Order: sequence, then C-alpha cells, then structure tokens
Amino acid sequence: MACFLVPVVEAAVVAVASRFVKNKEKALESAEIHVEGSGITERKPAFSRKLRWLSNMLWGGSALLAFEHVWHGEVVPWFPFLTAASDPAEAAEMLHEMATVGVTMAVVVTVAWLGMVAVSSLIEKRALKALPAKE
Amino acid sequence: MTLLVTVFAAVICTVLWYKNAPKSELMLGTLSLMYWGASLMWLVDAVFEYAELKAEYFAPAPADMLNDLFLGLSVVALGLVIWLVILLIKDPKGAVKAVVFSRKKQ
Repeated sequence: MACFLVPVVEAAVVAVASRFVKNKEKALESAEIHVEGSGITERKPAFSRKLRWLSNMLWGGSALLAFEHVWHGEVVPWFPFLTAASDPAEAAEMLHEMATVGVTMAVVVTVAWLGMVAVSSLIEKRALKALPAKE
Repeated sequence: MTLLVTVFAAVICTVLWYKNAPKSELMLGTLSLMYWGASLMWLVDAVFEYAELKAEYFAPAPADMLNDLFLGLSVVALGLVIWLVILLIKDPKGAVKAVVFSRKKQ
C-alpha cells in the first residue's frame, strides 16, 4: 500500500547524515592502503562513502517499489496520492502495513549494509596489517 | 516473478561491476546497489505474502505471473533509466563535458 515510504524516510535521513559526515571528513586526510598483489595503493573508503551505499540501496529500492505501487494503482498522481488514504479503514490498514512490512524492509536493507561495512572494514584491517611488513 | 527478475538484474550488474572494478567509469556499483535494495525489499514483501498465503504463494495464476514478469521487466528498465540519468549528470568519464566544450570551441 505504502510500505516504500518507510525506506524513503530512512533514505532522506541517511542522505543528510552522509552530507554531514562528508563535510567533517573533508578536514581529515583518509589513510592509504596498499592492495596486496595488485601493486595499487588505494584510499581507505571514507565513512560517508559507505553511507552512500546505504543511501543508494534505500533510494533505488524505494523508487522501484514506488513504481510497483503506481503499477498496482496504489499510488496516483493526484491528492491524496495514496488511494488507501481516502478511506479511514484502508488508511488504518495502510499504516499497519507501513509499521510491519515497511519497517522490516528498512531494517533488512540496513542489516545488509551493516554486513557490507563489516566485510569492508575487515578487508581494510587486513590491508593495513600487511602494510608495515611490506615496507 | 518481480523479485526473481530484479535479483537476476542485481546479480548481472554485480558481476559486471566486479569485472570492471576498481574502475567505476560506468557507475555500475550504483546500479547494482539500486537493484539489491529493491530485491531485499521485495524479498521482505514475499516473506509477508508467504506467511499469509502459505503454499498457495508458489502457485500463482498464469495471468498473475505474466503481469508480474511484465512488471519485473519494467522495473529493470526504470532502474536502467534512473542509472543512465545519474551517469550523464555525474559524468565520471567527462564524456558529456568533453562534448559540450568541444562544440563550444567550434
């Protein structure tokens, strides 16, 4: 009905947080990491960049999901935009769906992103450990 | 079916991104993250639907399946259009800028 609105709200919060973190990071120089075997020196990904991964997943996912809602006639281009919002009984059902399906969607995407961040941090730590041994 | 089509799109984009990494001239990472985000959201939707319908969930009517396939393909096309717009605006290769400036010089 309108479950995609919960990830949209999270995406907006993440976008603002990403901007804020990026501005803070500008002052700091990011560490460089030597990528084993490739002879490449890479920059350690800044946290704002990692936040952008989450932002891309949330914005992209909710945009495509919103299209699905348009497809099924649940979202319309005129006020109140959500067909369920015009009927109180349907509106209650819509809010229930947002609280269950919508929140679960946001949580699952965030957990997947946390997994990505954990793997990325592990790779960074390994690369940093290998750095003094090479020099 | 929509979930399946989106997952396939996400996997193909991730493989293409990996093949071109660490270069990101085509911003395939953004496209694959978009598809993965949508896939995860549809997975949650599918789980909730399965909890409601049980085994019936796996036996959709042919007309519904066709509609879902059509929707899935449309979603993939929309994702590609969004990605293309982002690519042309951000222009990581500088191709759009180069075309604009070379025309101005003439």
